[in-house]
Amino acid sequence: MESPRQIEIWFFIGALLFVYGVLITGAGIYHLVNPPPEQIALRELHSDLWWGVLLLVLGSVYSTRFWPWRRRVPPES
Amino acid sequence: MMTSLKRVFCTLLSVLVGTATSLGNPTEHGSKQLMSITPLDLLIVAFYFVAVLIIGFYLKRYTKTGEEFFMAGRKITAWVAGLSFISANLSSLETMGWSAMAYQYGMLGAHAYLIGAIPAILFLAVVMMPFYYISRTHSVPGYLKLRYGEASRSLAGISFSFMTVLVCGVNMFAMAKVMQLLLGWNFDVCIWVSSATVAVYVALGGLLSAVFNEVLQFFLIWLGTLLVPILGMIEAGGWTKMLASINAQHPGQNFTSLWANLGSAADNPMGMHWTGMVFGLGLAVSFGYWCTDFLQVQRVMAAKSLRTAQNGTVIGSVLKMLVPVIVTIPGLLGLAVLTQKEGITLVPESVAQATGGHSFNEVLPLMMARYLGPGLLGLGVTAMIAGFMSGMAGNVSAFATVWTYDVYRPLIRKDASDSHYVSMGRWSSIGGVFIAILTAYAAKFFSNILVFLQVLVMFFIIPLFGVVILGMLWKRATAAGGFWGFLAGILTSVGEFVYVHVFPGYFDAAHLNPDHVRNIAMTPLAQDMAVNMYSALWSLLVCVGVTVLVSLVTKPKTREELKDLVYGLTKIPDEGPTPWYKHPNFWAGVVFCVLIAVNIIFW
Repeated sequence: MESPRQIEIWFFIGALLFVYGVLITGAGIYHLVNPPPEQIALRELHSDLWWGVLLLVLGSVYSTRFWPWRRRVPPES
Repeated sequence: MMTSLKRVFCTLLSVLVGTATSLGNPTEHGSKQLMSITPLDLLIVAFYFVAVLIIGFYLKRYTKTGEEFFMAGRKITAWVAGLSFISANLSSLETMGWSAMAYQYGMLGAHAYLIGAIPAILFLAVVMMPFYYISRTHSVPGYLKLRYGEASRSLAGISFSFMTVLVCGVNMFAMAKVMQLLLGWNFDVCIWVSSATVAVYVALGGLLSAVFNEVLQFFLIWLGTLLVPILGMIEAGGWTKMLASINAQHPGQNFTSLWANLGSAADNPMGMHWTGMVFGLGLAVSFGYWCTDFLQVQRVMAAKSLRTAQNGTVIGSVLKMLVPVIVTIPGLLGLAVLTQKEGITLVPESVAQATGGHSFNEVLPLMMARYLGPGLLGLGVTAMIAGFMSGMAGNVSAFATVWTYDVYRPLIRKDASDSHYVSMGRWSSIGGVFIAILTAYAAKFFSNILVFLQVLVMFFIIPLFGVVILGMLWKRATAAGGFWGFLAGILTSVGEFVYVHVFPGYFDAAHLNPDHVRNIAMTPLAQDMAVNMYSALWSLLVCVGVTVLVSLVTKPKTREELKDLVYGLTKIPDEGPTPWYKHPNFWAGVVFCVLIAVNIIFW
């Protein structure tokens, strides 16, 4: 019996990075208004915001590229 | 309505992002806790656990046969094989430990990623992989069975099984300890949550699950740690200013060279001569670890074709050479930034415990705490947890394979069905985790065990490399030669370890006896790492010597019996025409040239 088609690892990675991107970008936006109380070096660079966006972009690209439920066009006979 | 929604949203955000928290009991020392994390960070950690469990449950349906459970169906692609191959080695013990090395010894610490890895990985790809792959064995001990016979396989299988679960326990202990010290988390909760998660996803998905999680972990480690060198470089003012700062703070000491300070053991803080680095690390340790440690080799042996396995290994070598960016550079930045900006000087562990200061091992967490705010810190902590857990999972999946195929099947139950062996693989994964938990608690209560376990890997894999490489390249090597050479190598390794820790009238695993160290490492100045390098070299030489001598006086196998196992009697399968730019040998050559260039640039 043939195994069902397997979801690729890249999709799982994309999905997790997307979720992390949303959370960290959200935190970055929040910190624009309410700077974190801790003494974080270089916090004026807002690394959480642009790193969150990077995760969001990476996650979106991987999730979309390896989306497992995409309808496959059957080959023409 | 909108106002109240906005208030709820703002409250939720401030609770998630703004409130620092720590879980569980205070640290055992009752002193510092390096990081404070927010509920947002905890949420990020929780998502990781959910993701790995989902992957484990999802992959169970694809691991029904022995080939699928133990070898991931032999259908892994080159990139997945390469990423997994390197990830299995990129545990948090490794990243934290080598960052500490960089802080303590400077650029010398980067050798583990250069001469201490790359030549061996390329050798595995070009020379050894065809033998592993064509023999269709499930494991490195399995190759020994085919080449030397049952006795060598049993010795390797039993010693490897024993070693992997103990190393898994060390990983578990280290993770719980690190989380306790960094975040104040409860030791027992860390042990049980992480081990239960690993047991579930490896028992369900076998090697495939471990490989998936290792690839995931690779991304998390890079994305969770890469900001440290980026922001550190910005703060330090760039590479040149960082080096200038290090040199200004440590006048007369060379922290920024790979080779210039290895002319004499007295010229560097490792107490290492260049011969130890080249022949000890670059030959014995490196080739033993990368070419015959089944934990590593299993990942590429499961590739879908020989060429894929070779290309995956070469990809792994490139990824390995990049690791100093997130390991060595943070250590060097610690030297430049922590002292200059914060007035913090890190000290050895024993001094830190006595004085309440920070130890070398804390350099990476300190740098993370310095640059990563709420959210990013959660990602960094997740990367560390993922690093520890994938290290455990790698050991457990390798243990399950070797236990089932190289111990249980030949020695306990020879003729069972494939489904029985898969079931044994699942149960042995859980059993392996349980033994690892016992090891972790043993390490907690008897700290000397930890010293022993840290060098345990070297006891077995270096002699193993000696017999495997002779078996692959020398037709005359015999079954008796392989067995006695392997055993002699193991006994030499153990004997050297005992010898350097023996003092008149007592044994102390935590300290070196300089009078004995002189006889092993050629200088009494040698520190732990230098002693390990030379010990490895001598045990390799003893193993090879005994294998050769015994082989010369015993009867070799016939040419027919050695077909597809030995150089000269193995026909490499034709996998069709390949353009030069897709050939593993071409890329291995390119990587080797880059390795030489890097060594010259940072000479």
